Amino acid sequence: MSHYLFILVGAVLVNNVVLVKILGLCPFMGVSKKLETAYGMGAATTFVLTMATGASYIIDHFLLMPFGLEYLRTLSFIVTIAAIVQLTEMVIAKTSPTLQQTLGIYLPLITTNCAVLGVPLLNIANGHNFVESLLFGAGSAVGFSLVLILFAGIRERVEGAEVPVYFRGVAIAMVTAGLMALAFMGFAGLDKYQ
Amino acid sequence: MDILLAIAIMALGAVVLGAALGFASIKFKVEGDPLVDKIDAILPQTQCGQCGYPGCKPYAEAIAKGEEINKCPPGGVEGVQRLADLLGREVKPLDAEEKPKQIAIIDENTCIGCTLCIQACPVDAIVGAAKQMHTIVAPLCTGCELCLPPCPVECIRMEPIAENIDNWKWKYPVVEIKAAALKEAA
Amino acid sequence: MLMNLFKFKGGVKPPTNKTQSVTLPIAQAPLPSRLVVPLHQSIGGTPRPVVAAGDKVLKGQLIGEADGWISAAVHAPTSGTVVEVAMHVQPHPSGLDALCVVIEPDGRDEWIPREAVDYKALTPEEVRERLQQAGVVGLGGAVFPTHGKLTASKTVPMEELIINGAECEPFITCDDLLMRERAEEVVRGIGIFRDLLQPKKVLIGIEDNKPEAAAAMRAAVDALQEPFLVVPVPTLYPAGGAKQLIRVLTGKEVPAAKRSTDLGVQCFNVATAYTAWRAIAHGEPVVSRLVTVTGNVHAPRNYEVLIGTPMDELLKLATPHPDTDGIIMGGPMMGFLVPDPHVPVVKATNCLIAHDDRLFPPKPPEMPCIRCGACAQACPHELQPFEMYWFARAKNFGKTQEYHIFDCIECGCCSFVCPSRIPLVQYFRFAKSEIWAREREKNAADGAKARFEFKQLREEREKAEKAEKLARAAAAQAAKKAAEAAAAAAAGGDAAETAAAAPEVAPAAVDAAKEAKKATIEAAMARAKAQREAAQPKNVEALSGAQQKEIDEIEARRQVAHLTDADAASPAGEKTE
Repeated sequence: MSHYLFILVGAVLVNNVVLVKILGLCPFMGVSKKLETAYGMGAATTFVLTMATGASYIIDHFLLMPFGLEYLRTLSFIVTIAAIVQLTEMVIAKTSPTLQQTLGIYLPLITTNCAVLGVPLLNIANGHNFVESLLFGAGSAVGFSLVLILFAGIRERVEGAEVPVYFRGVAIAMVTAGLMALAFMGFAGLDKYQ
Repeated sequence: MDILLAIAIMALGAVVLGAALGFASIKFKVEGDPLVDKIDAILPQTQCGQCGYPGCKPYAEAIAKGEEINKCPPGGVEGVQRLADLLGREVKPLDAEEKPKQIAIIDENTCIGCTLCIQACPVDAIVGAAKQMHTIVAPLCTGCELCLPPCPVECIRMEPIAENIDNWKWKYPVVEIKAAALKEAA
Repeated sequence: MLMNLFKFKGGVKPPTNKTQSVTLPIAQAPLPSRLVVPLHQSIGGTPRPVVAAGDKVLKGQLIGEADGWISAAVHAPTSGTVVEVAMHVQPHPSGLDALCVVIEPDGRDEWIPREAVDYKALTPEEVRERLQQAGVVGLGGAVFPTHGKLTASKTVPMEELIINGAECEPFITCDDLLMRERAEEVVRGIGIFRDLLQPKKVLIGIEDNKPEAAAAMRAAVDALQEPFLVVPVPTLYPAGGAKQLIRVLTGKEVPAAKRSTDLGVQCFNVATAYTAWRAIAHGEPVVSRLVTVTGNVHAPRNYEVLIGTPMDELLKLATPHPDTDGIIMGGPMMGFLVPDPHVPVVKATNCLIAHDDRLFPPKPPEMPCIRCGACAQACPHELQPFEMYWFARAKNFGKTQEYHIFDCIECGCCSFVCPSRIPLVQYFRFAKSEIWAREREKNAADGAKARFEFKQLREEREKAEKAEKLARAAAAQAAKKAAEAAAAAAAGGDAAETAAAAPEVAPAAVDAAKEAKKATIEAAMARAKAQREAAQPKNVEALSGAQQKEIDEIEARRQVAHLTDADAASPAGEKTE
């Protein structure tokens, strides 16, 4: 049982998908200007990433592995993710227009989020079973949402600060992200209790 | 043989996913485009047509289809900014110069009562009747200038809205008014 | 007598500076050279001027008529001649002009006939109307029309009526002197409010640094045998804020989106009660008020001042020191430097402070916020000024609203305690007025959109109606002609001859009436056909069936697409066919 907990906590904090694995940086920089959109993006990514890990595990184990087609993983995963994102978008648009309003254009952007492709591939590389894959996917997604929301909160405040002219905008955001990554390195110490 | 199998499997996947998406797109079809309404809410509703579209809604529809967001002078730079935020596009400088908010004034001595401006006004802000003097209901005027060209005697002019106590705004506390602010807080 | 008091969070204790102006009794300010009476002196609609240049007015005569329910009338402060009704600079931080009635006093100070009534004989509606006519507004500074606050809520029982004599702002002593010298009339005025609102309790809150005023009020309450409670409240700025005083006296906290009436509490200033009594029992509208003149002057004192008196003339009575370089209207915490020394005293003017650098030394420049939180501790509304400041500075107005900027009463406690000397209130006022401006724009845009859509709808409808009318007219025309033809046919019986291409009328064994009718129809058809043939191109004769069918289809399509001329006779002809 504790093994699963370690996978989850490790995925959220120690091996944070954005700040340690450096995956999914484009939404991290692009969708973090406002706290509300960060919440929406975090929620959408969490859902899609968890679904994608499950679906890709099934495809890999029951479709690709039996026929020895492992080299088609990247291709088939991308197609699956795109389909899931599309499907999610349509379902949300129909069932909850308010949620769709909050997520807006960020939902289709998830397709191009490399974390969503990277995490299923990492699952396979690490030889996770189905439950482990799901936990790792969900943990990574939560970690992604966590840093995205933290970062958006910081950026909203930085906007009011007297930033030197040449550092305004993306430059100071990069510096902030770097400092956050340094801070997250501190979680590596959690390893000792494993 | 392997390659054929791979193609077959990928094709199968494509067919399955395509069918699922196609089914979903029919099952979860949404009428109308909520994005247009959101864009329309940002536009200033002057209905002036300066963007080249006959009103704000048509321009909102055009933006949703990919038209530039910087064609609305009454919305100003701030309008462009908000559209850019909504649509995740780059902020562009305004396509035309930004004018201060203004309203139309009819010179009532020159007006001949032709009703042409009444027909041109998109927001029913002009009152009058044939051969009667017309006047502009100032609070309703959006300053779109559409009444200027039809007037045969050129009796309509635009005037910037003067600052009064009701629409006066506190200034951003910058250096020059700091002295007054300090005295007050003393 | 002893009652349990509550505390509000925060607050500051600035030096009160009140003793200077309480040594002398209230003095009547002499008639000024001219009076500039602004029409808009209360919250709500701007009163409409009812006098014109050249009119003779008497003291107390109506010069501005209340516009709407939330609006209060304005009266001539003395007798004299109206010089002009024009734009003059206002005692407002903007320094902008507004419509004023300028009166040249004739020196006689002659009243209009005053009607003293016993308000107990009037219905509550009549009392409220009289208060509105008399221009009674909240004299604590917010100038909300008093009659608008005197309707008891139908859903919430009225628990407490709070009378605000706290006067917490430094320098100001006009309410103090009013209570000392005119306590009886204040208490009688409170009686009017009590009778209108029917509260269970009436509490008069007076800061404990005004024992004379409290004693005078107590004596008056006892003398009039009223069950009002005079409660000394701790001296702490801003104890005189309505929500703070309600909190202190009742322990009730007024939530952000609610008004005190929702909790069964209503609050009035002592000076408002006084003017209400004068208006009802003496028939005197609000034409003067008590003003504390203090600060950098030789003889600080309270004056009874006519509304419209230029501030510089009033200040001269107290002989300001020569280094005076400005006039602050209101107190040092919430007041502002008037834009021009000639601006008139208005109903909201409770205090004039002669400004100089010794009393109000210029503060060193603003420094960055260090997030020490001193402002949050001082805020009487438990807001977080440092957060609101941050977002107001970044012009992130949505965020300032998330931090409840509209609950800020602009009391100035945060600016007072800020170690970085940031003019926080300035930022909040800026953010508030920007948000209001945006709201106005949004409303204007929504209105414009609704009217535009309605106009489009109307144009569509008019077009449709016009087309229908034309079609109807054409049909009527055709029917008329058909009737004529029928008449001709019936008369001559030789319809076949009249209609060139008509087929022979079948001489069947039918009765005459039927035959005539049939003939009429035949004749009409023939006529229509002839007409159509005359109008239509000749190359459509002798068509094959297929060709004819094709043409018919095209015609049908054209009609669906509204391409055919609505006023042409052809659709009508086809209809008859």
